[in-house]
Amino acid sequence: MFSTVTSAAIFGVESRVVHVEADVGEGLPSFHMVGFLTAQVKEAQERVKTALKNAGILMSPKKITVNLSPADVRKSGTGFDLPIAVAVAAAYGRIARESLNGLMIAGELSLNGEVLGIPGVLPMAAKAGEFGCGCFIVPKANLEEAALIEGVKIIGVETLSEAILYLNGEKEILPARHIRTALENVSNPEEDFSQISGQETARRAIEVAVSGGHNILLAGPPGAGKSMLARRISSILPPLTQQESLEISQIYSAAGLLSPGHSFVQARPFRAPHHTATPKAMAGGGSTPKPGEISLAHHGVLFLDELPEFSRETLETLRQPLEERQVCIARNGCTYRFPADFMLVAAMNPCPCGYFPDLRRCDCTASMVQRYLNRISSPLLERIDITVEASAVEYRDIGTGVVAESSQEIRKRVICAREIQQERYGKGTARCNGSLTQREIGDFCHLGREESDLMREAFEKMELSARTYYRILKVARTIADLEGSQSIRTEHLQEALCYRSINKKFWRNR
Amino acid sequence: MEEYDWMWLCCIPGFAERDRKRLLKLYGSPENIRRAAKSSMEESGLTQAKIRRIKEHQKNFDAAGEYHKFEKQGIKFISSIHREYPEALRQIWDYPSGLFYIGRIPEKTEMCIALVGARMCSGYGRQTADKLASCLAERGVSVVSGMAFGIDAAAQSACVRAGGKSYGILGCGVDVCYPRENYELYEKLKEHGGIISEYPPGTQPLPYHFPMRNRIISGLSKTVVVVEARKKSGTLITADMALEQGRDVYAVPGRMDDPLSEGCNRLIRQGAGILNDFEDFLEESGCPPKDVQIRQKSKLVLATPENLVYSCLDSQSKSLQQIAGECKLPVQQTMQALCSLQIRGMIEENAKNYYAKTR
Repeated sequence: MFSTVTSAAIFGVESRVVHVEADVGEGLPSFHMVGFLTAQVKEAQERVKTALKNAGILMSPKKITVNLSPADVRKSGTGFDLPIAVAVAAAYGRIARESLNGLMIAGELSLNGEVLGIPGVLPMAAKAGEFGCGCFIVPKANLEEAALIEGVKIIGVETLSEAILYLNGEKEILPARHIRTALENVSNPEEDFSQISGQETARRAIEVAVSGGHNILLAGPPGAGKSMLARRISSILPPLTQQESLEISQIYSAAGLLSPGHSFVQARPFRAPHHTATPKAMAGGGSTPKPGEISLAHHGVLFLDELPEFSRETLETLRQPLEERQVCIARNGCTYRFPADFMLVAAMNPCPCGYFPDLRRCDCTASMVQRYLNRISSPLLERIDITVEASAVEYRDIGTGVVAESSQEIRKRVICAREIQQERYGKGTARCNGSLTQREIGDFCHLGREESDLMREAFEKMELSARTYYRILKVARTIADLEGSQSIRTEHLQEALCYRSINKKFWRNR
Repeated sequence: MEEYDWMWLCCIPGFAERDRKRLLKLYGSPENIRRAAKSSMEESGLTQAKIRRIKEHQKNFDAAGEYHKFEKQGIKFISSIHREYPEALRQIWDYPSGLFYIGRIPEKTEMCIALVGARMCSGYGRQTADKLASCLAERGVSVVSGMAFGIDAAAQSACVRAGGKSYGILGCGVDVCYPRENYELYEKLKEHGGIISEYPPGTQPLPYHFPMRNRIISGLSKTVVVVEARKKSGTLITADMALEQGRDVYAVPGRMDDPLSEGCNRLIRQGAGILNDFEDFLEESGCPPKDVQIRQKSKLVLATPENLVYSCLDSQSKSLQQIAGECKLPVQQTMQALCSLQIRGMIEENAKNYYAKTR
């Protein structure tokens, strides 16, 4: 007899429908699995046979053939165990075949018939909804994340026999209640801007960067609190929207980073990979590509501490995602697309010893400083809108005991500025000044006469390039938005000019 | 032609001036050395490897051809017996047998002063070098230096900017711009002065070349001024050589706890001249006077926050955070003031968000 069960496989962070077909017929007793399978999937037959036996389903010696279609895409993962077992049981006539219509199944089996959790249930559930499957049977462990999707009946099962009983209508299992992502301002009270004394410059620059979605580079001596500042950036980011939370959760689900009790991502991610990270770890990869750090930082912050210490290759992989807000990886004849819309926050010392330009403490030679800077390629620097110095904290800043402004207050201003931008670029889009194209800059960053004069002078005096010029306009737009000003005025431009990126030529004593 | 033979001598690979002097003493002239290279040369006392090198050089090196090839590239050669060879340089005991140069070499009557100092220098050092070099240029005195980062480059570019002549002495071939980042200056020196080296074109900058070229810097000059130097600095080698060669050495004094002035202060302690006033120095070192023209103090009217920020600045660079703190201004306002001062050219940013006065 023949039976078919709908399941799904994860490709990157997206999921695709896979049909599991099983046929049981006369012939030499055997168990064959076909359909471009990886070793993980092929091993399923042993688990399935044993689990079926332990679930009390006796299989008479027959010729069993299992096919996973479409047969031209390589399938991996352990989520096919349960659908194969169900398909085989149905082919033996132990499950009514009609009950499998409009149903999606995924889950791993252990030998005793227990159903174990798998990664990627959330995107699968989303796919089930799109594909028109009204019901999705998932491992109990993944119940909560699957329940984020509206309009699909989610059934959580713990054992194979439970699943079979449910399918035969012998046991009632209540579908999971749809969980709306509760998006309160989950912020970590441990990390608040009120704990940072002094550093007004860097604080202000960070506020501007967050308001306009600009990438930022903090330069300063060791111990200035660059990492401390960066770690608090998430506390002033605007709260996630439903849509964003779902997008991030899908990535985390596919990466297998969700767990019961933490079934969806509530706060904007903050990823701080170590500087030994490889290009694959950064952009995503592996023989079956998994999302990398940049995708895990989707809608959040990617913090690269000690930027020049990262390998050049790793840094270069950031260039395309920074422009396109996603990364495409080709593997095994398949292209995987990972979303990667993140805010880049980087920190670096100005020279190997860290104290340049304080020549009393810095004993690096000019060429050492230059070589250190050259580890970061200009194209990458050019994608960072704001560069600011974080200077060493002085006693007068820590000694006064004055509590600095809290993250909550800063966040209020950030949200205001973001709202102005959304109004300008169209409601519902999460677009910011940071992602303006050159043409849009012409439309939205209009300069008056006085302002144009200032920029012309600055262009010559400060030896700006065309690219830096446009980036200064974008940043000035954000500063104006923070003030609620319609037009960009001189003082906004002046401040933006102070944030312009490192001109390598001048970062040296010539 | 004699010049070809001299150039042949100067192009022997791996030979230092000492070796050339020994050969010249023994054989009298480059021509004789070439002739001797056909025999065994046992009597020269050179190592076998060096003798082999001379013989090979004799066989393979086409002096006349190379001479004209260099000439086409704008590189000229002058031997120490040439009548235009700088007189001052010939006075030192280990003067180079020949010089390669692009542009010019100092003329007989030309007065040269060497300005040398640290590569990693402070804004104060750079500005001192800058001012002194332009004062010298205004008086028609040429500035000799090593075209390195820091003081050297600051002095030479200021001299050229003020319309003077400046000579860059390299530790590599004259067609090699080292450090490469100073290319702009290198090109300017070709026009307003010259690039000079004792090493044949194409020679790469090797560490041991630099102490050797320092003797040319001091040799060409009447006086050597050290602007900023750490305790262990190549600049001090130049000062030592200058003393050996009987040149005057001046040092710009610094604070005693400033590591960048340690070398200078030590020189002063050892008896070097103190450069604490430009006019005094120029007079003492016999620079021709220039038309008296007191530089007008800039009386720019500055808006109040700018005034405040400007008065808090110094020739030592300060960070944005520090300036805002000292002026007790909000950072936004400080940034605005700094930006407008910078556009007006009154201050400069010499590292990310570090500012110093320019005058």
